[in-house]
Amino acid sequence: MANFSIKNVAIKGISACVPKNIESNINYPYLTCDEIEKFISATGVEQRRIAPPDVCASDLCHVAADKLLNDLQWDRNSIDVLVFVSQTPDYLLPTTSTILQDRLNLSTQCVCFDIPLGCSGYVYGLSVITAMMSASGLKRGLLLVGDTLSKLVSPTDKSTAPLFGDGGTATALEIGETESPMLFNLGTDGAGYKAIIIPDGGCRNLAKTASFISKTYEEGVERNDYQMALDGMEVFSFGITQAPKTVNSLLDGFNINKDAIDYFVFHQANMKMNKMIAKKLKLPEDKVPMSLKYFGNTSSATIPLTIVAQLHNSMRMEPQRMVLCGFGVGLSWGAVYLETNRILCPQLIEI
Amino acid sequence: MANLEVSTFIEHFSAQLEDTDVASINADTVFRELDEWDSLTALSLIAMVDEEYQVKLTGDDIRSSKTVAELFEKVKAKAG
Repeated sequence: MANFSIKNVAIKGISACVPKNIESNINYPYLTCDEIEKFISATGVEQRRIAPPDVCASDLCHVAADKLLNDLQWDRNSIDVLVFVSQTPDYLLPTTSTILQDRLNLSTQCVCFDIPLGCSGYVYGLSVITAMMSASGLKRGLLLVGDTLSKLVSPTDKSTAPLFGDGGTATALEIGETESPMLFNLGTDGAGYKAIIIPDGGCRNLAKTASFISKTYEEGVERNDYQMALDGMEVFSFGITQAPKTVNSLLDGFNINKDAIDYFVFHQANMKMNKMIAKKLKLPEDKVPMSLKYFGNTSSATIPLTIVAQLHNSMRMEPQRMVLCGFGVGLSWGAVYLETNRILCPQLIEI
Repeated sequence: MANLEVSTFIEHFSAQLEDTDVASINADTVFRELDEWDSLTALSLIAMVDEEYQVKLTGDDIRSSKTVAELFEKVKAKAG
C-alpha cells in the first residue's frame, strides 16, 4: 500500500478554464425525452462544455496558467518545473508540456514532462511534482491538468457522449516551510485496463482504415475503435468500492481526523457514483462539492475544476483542510490530504 | 450479516425498478427482458448489492447472469 508524505511544498494558486460553448443534455438527440430525464437524474449531468475543433486541453491549460502566473506576479523565468497531466495531448509525440513551456514563455532551464493519466491524474500529478520539488529543491512548479475527451467520444454513444465535457486547469506550487505535509495514498489495478479504453491509435493497434468504421454495440451505443469505450457497470462497481477504500486508507494510515476536514473533493464521475461514495464514507453533503451538473465528467480536470467553480471564495478567504480523491481509467486511483492557506483562486475562465 | 434468502434478494431487486409491476418479479425473471432494464438500472443493482450485502457485483457478474436467481447466486457466493 502506497502511503507517503511530502514536506515543504505548498499550493499557491489554482485556476481553471472551460470552453464557453455549452451543450445541454436535454437536447441530446440520441435518447428519448424519458431516457434523457432518467439519465440526468442518475448521472447529475445537465450541461457540458465542449471545445471547438481548434481548442485542445493544452489551450485551456495555457489560458488557466497564464492567468494564474499573472495574478501571482510570478516571473516566468522562476518556474523550474512544468508537468502536464492529460490523456488528450496535442500529438502522439512530442509531449505537450514542452510545447507549453514555449507558449508560456518559461525558461529553457525548465524541467517539462507529461503524465498521461486520467481520472486519478490530478492526485498523481500533485504527488509527482511535489515529490520532485521537495527532493530536488526546484522552487516553483506548474501542474497543468486537463482533457478534451469530447474529441475522442462518439456523439452516437449514449454511454459516453452525454457524460463527458472539456476543461483545463493550472495549479501553482512553491517550496517553503508548510505547517502540514501533503499525505498521499495511491494505487493501481491494471487488470481493469479495458474498463475505459480507446483500443486503436496507439502502437498496440495502429490506426488503420477499419479503426474509423462505426460499429453498433447495442441501441444507442455506436462508436469506432478510435473512440472511447466505457464499461459503465465495471467502472461503477470499481468506483464505489475503491474510492471509499483509498480515502479510508489515507485517513487511517495517517490518523487524520475526518471531522476536521473542510472539504472532500472527488473526481466527478457521475452523481449516482459520487453520492454512493459520500454515503459510504458518511460525509455530510455540504463538505462534498459537486460540479457535474454544469461540466459533466472532465476526466483529469474534475478535481481542480470543482475547487475553482464551487469553492473559489472559501479557497481565497480561509485556510482549508482538504481531501482530494481521483479514481478511474487505468484502473488507477489516489487520495491526498492537504492544507491550503488563502490561496489565489481566480474565477472560472471561459474562452 | 445480510439476509441470504432469495426472497429478500427479489425484494431488494424489485425496489430498483420504477415502472415494472413488482408482483411479476420472481427468481426466474429474465431481468434483461424487463422493459425498463437498462445500463442505469444495472448501476442501481450494483449499488444495492454493495449496500445490502457488502459485496462487489461486477459488470461480468451481471452480463453472465440471465435470471434474478442467477444474480442472487453470484451475490451469495461472494457474501459466503
